[in-house]
Amino acid sequence: MQDVVIIGAGIIGSFLAHDLSKYDLKVCVIDKENDVANETTMANSAIVHSGHDPKDDTLKAKLNLRGNEMYEDICKKLHVDFKRIGAYVVATNDEELEELSRLYEQSKRRNVPVRYVEREELVKNEPNISDIAIRAIDLPSTGIIYPWEVAIALMEVAVANGVDLHLGEEVTAIEKSENGYKVITSKGVIETKYVLNAAGVFADDIYRMVSDNVEFDITPRKGEYFVLDKLNQPLVNHILYPIPSQKGKGVLVLPTTHGNTLLGPSSDFVDDKKGINNTSDYLGYVRREVGKLVKNVPMDKVIRNFAGLRPTSSTHDFIIEEAKDAPNFINVAGIESPGLASAPAISEYVIETILKNKLALVKKSDAIDSLPPITDMKKLTEEERNAKIKEDPRYGHIICRCEQISEGEIVEAIHRNVGATSVKSIKKRVRPGMGRCQGGFCEPLVVEILARELAKQKNDIVYDDVESNVLVAKKGA
Amino acid sequence: MREVDVVVIGGGSAGLAAACKCKEEGIENVVVLERDKELGGILNQCIHNGFGLHTFNEELSGPAYAERFIDKAKALNVECKLNTMVTHISKDKVVEYVNPEEGYVRVQAKAIVLAMGCRERTRGAISIPGYRPVGVYNAGTAQRYLNMDGYLVGKRVFILGSGDIGLIMARRMTLEGAKVLGVAEIMPYSNGLARNMKQCLEDFDIPLYLSHTITNIEGKERVSGVTISEVDSNRNVVPGTEKHFDVDTLLLSVGLIPENSLTEEAEIEMNPVTKGAMVNESYETSIPGIFACGNVLHVHDLVDFVSAEGAKAGESAARYIREELKSAGGFNCKAKQNVSYVMPTRINVENVKDKVEFLFRVRVQARNATLNLYKDGELFRSIPKRHVAPAEMEKLIMKKSDLEGIKESFEIELVVD
Repeated sequence: MQDVVIIGAGIIGSFLAHDLSKYDLKVCVIDKENDVANETTMANSAIVHSGHDPKDDTLKAKLNLRGNEMYEDICKKLHVDFKRIGAYVVATNDEELEELSRLYEQSKRRNVPVRYVEREELVKNEPNISDIAIRAIDLPSTGIIYPWEVAIALMEVAVANGVDLHLGEEVTAIEKSENGYKVITSKGVIETKYVLNAAGVFADDIYRMVSDNVEFDITPRKGEYFVLDKLNQPLVNHILYPIPSQKGKGVLVLPTTHGNTLLGPSSDFVDDKKGINNTSDYLGYVRREVGKLVKNVPMDKVIRNFAGLRPTSSTHDFIIEEAKDAPNFINVAGIESPGLASAPAISEYVIETILKNKLALVKKSDAIDSLPPITDMKKLTEEERNAKIKEDPRYGHIICRCEQISEGEIVEAIHRNVGATSVKSIKKRVRPGMGRCQGGFCEPLVVEILARELAKQKNDIVYDDVESNVLVAKKGA
Repeated sequence: MREVDVVVIGGGSAGLAAACKCKEEGIENVVVLERDKELGGILNQCIHNGFGLHTFNEELSGPAYAERFIDKAKALNVECKLNTMVTHISKDKVVEYVNPEEGYVRVQAKAIVLAMGCRERTRGAISIPGYRPVGVYNAGTAQRYLNMDGYLVGKRVFILGSGDIGLIMARRMTLEGAKVLGVAEIMPYSNGLARNMKQCLEDFDIPLYLSHTITNIEGKERVSGVTISEVDSNRNVVPGTEKHFDVDTLLLSVGLIPENSLTEEAEIEMNPVTKGAMVNESYETSIPGIFACGNVLHVHDLVDFVSAEGAKAGESAARYIREELKSAGGFNCKAKQNVSYVMPTRINVENVKDKVEFLFRVRVQARNATLNLYKDGELFRSIPKRHVAPAEMEKLIMKKSDLEGIKESFEIELVVD
């Protein structure tokens, strides 16, 4: 019998698992995906927004502000990069200038650090700013992060503290039981007192498993992006936002913590909750929109496109509450932008305002806050690197030329407590395949290392999902 | 810091030829740094034949061709470091590398030969719409999996791009029992060598769709199909021309990109057309004593030409060390109408022994065209060409005496009726 079952191992499920793992509770996380942080958390703008933008009196506004405050400490503990590089919201005409001053006033009112940046300074700080940019507001508390790095690090701590993680297991039904719920999955039955529904775009479907009166819908809203290679001269130094519209924050341009540049997202409601395909129409739209913010965009440096789905709720706000007709079933749904920025505060809110009233939450005495990170050779001094290589020569064997990743780092990623089992999960943890050759050279080597370390045949190694074998047959078989 | 005469970066066909030539020229201390666990580079996965016709006057497989140079390098006592990745080169020719035995090491070179080869253009670089499932591979990666690891990436295959690796893989996968349903090429002509069109597609009845491109990739976890569409003369997709193929694999053979991140870090002057360095008649880059050759300089069709270029760069490195080369001065070599680039890009006749071999590519496919050569803007010679194509690199040999007296420029143009 579990105390709490968390459905979904995205950024929200990972924060909940991590935070609850500090208490004397039996907690289990279930996700149909083969890895933590594999859907919306894997494909978004990767920004910790300042909280300047959500409407007044919404959970989005409240939790975004709080989340932004919390990230720095959390990332330090988790050894994950978080960089407060700041953001510029850029106005390009009179109408937009009006909206800019509204955002300025709103930020002031919320105690979000903000100041105006006139064109002269804008050009100085952002040499590639478009010729039509007039004025901007600077939001220096805005930061960048790799969301899946946070989620994986959180889940590792959770698992070290005793959380039971079930990946590749799909929830197919939930039945009410005497003490709570029976969660029926593709692999078995899990009994629990509480259910936390953090299932992203599928949260309404999960809710329907326990309720006939589901009062909200989650509609996937697709965002398409371009990723640029590392550039000798950065395209932008800040996150650049256009003036927001009905459709959201608009198409952005931003650097990532690993030195790439992200262009996007588009915004398009779709029917398919797995519909993460790129389309030439929306990629074209992103390309055009980016031109309003910056010039000299080196589109010949594009190395990847991707698309992610925002779980947009029909209520237009986060839904964080106990279900009315399903006691102890708690929805944490509709977590679209600023969901990533709000995530630590969302978990805190669930625990402080909902669970604390229901459960005796007793802190474990032996809970840990962090694990030593995977060695990052790039962050070591030359002396430290050479000591490491002397101790284990695999750290001197570079597998990924583009990102300069050694065999030792890849092997570590496989043997973590939430270890990598697929090519994609290696890529998420230590980055081979993220660079300009997109795995062309390193993927065969990564497959070889995975097979060796997991004692499998090469053709049993998957790219992502359990069905996605990289190699389909042995020659001559 | 250890000091060496010549550091050669890359132990493939260009690097081995350069290193051997250096030794033959009497240079003592030559070190080849190779990232793979063996020498030979991409030749090791090219198990088809057709290599060596120009160099050895016989048809060898890729590994057999490599073996000739590896044996020669051994006989000449070239020092080769395997599993060794170069992480940085500086303007003053300090090379930083890492390997499991030595860790991170810096060496001071008198001369450097860049021979890092090229990489394949990826799906991301050309922004193909659709899902991103497993089953979309660069042709060269699939070739490595098949020929070196012994595994097939799929059973029903479509190929985008008629580059030579794609054509070779169409035949190779067919021979291993896969079904290749077709090859789509966005241009109205093939991008592969004529002999590969014949031997790899026609002989196996594999259809080639010219002026077509991939407009959708289906399948969420694994490729389940692709859609191709016709494109007009501006390469815009023509609606209503879609054809669908049920396949589990899409191979991409859509171009090769010289692997120049080290070159760019050293702030060597680059050629925007070739994506390689600008070099002079001695294959010397904008930094005296740093040379470039092979596919890192410009993408070749034939390995024989790569080896020949490697040898020239190696010889030049030796001459540089002997202080026989003049780095400055000379005139520019330029591509005019219908020619995309000319290699080398600068010539100092004083460094030329007896002749210069120009390599260049044309922009259009044509029959009965004329090559015009200009010296300082004056037409100097016209050469009839029966057939030219962008996929086939052109070679032009000029005697030293023909180049003497040029002040500003030597230009090549192609005139098509």
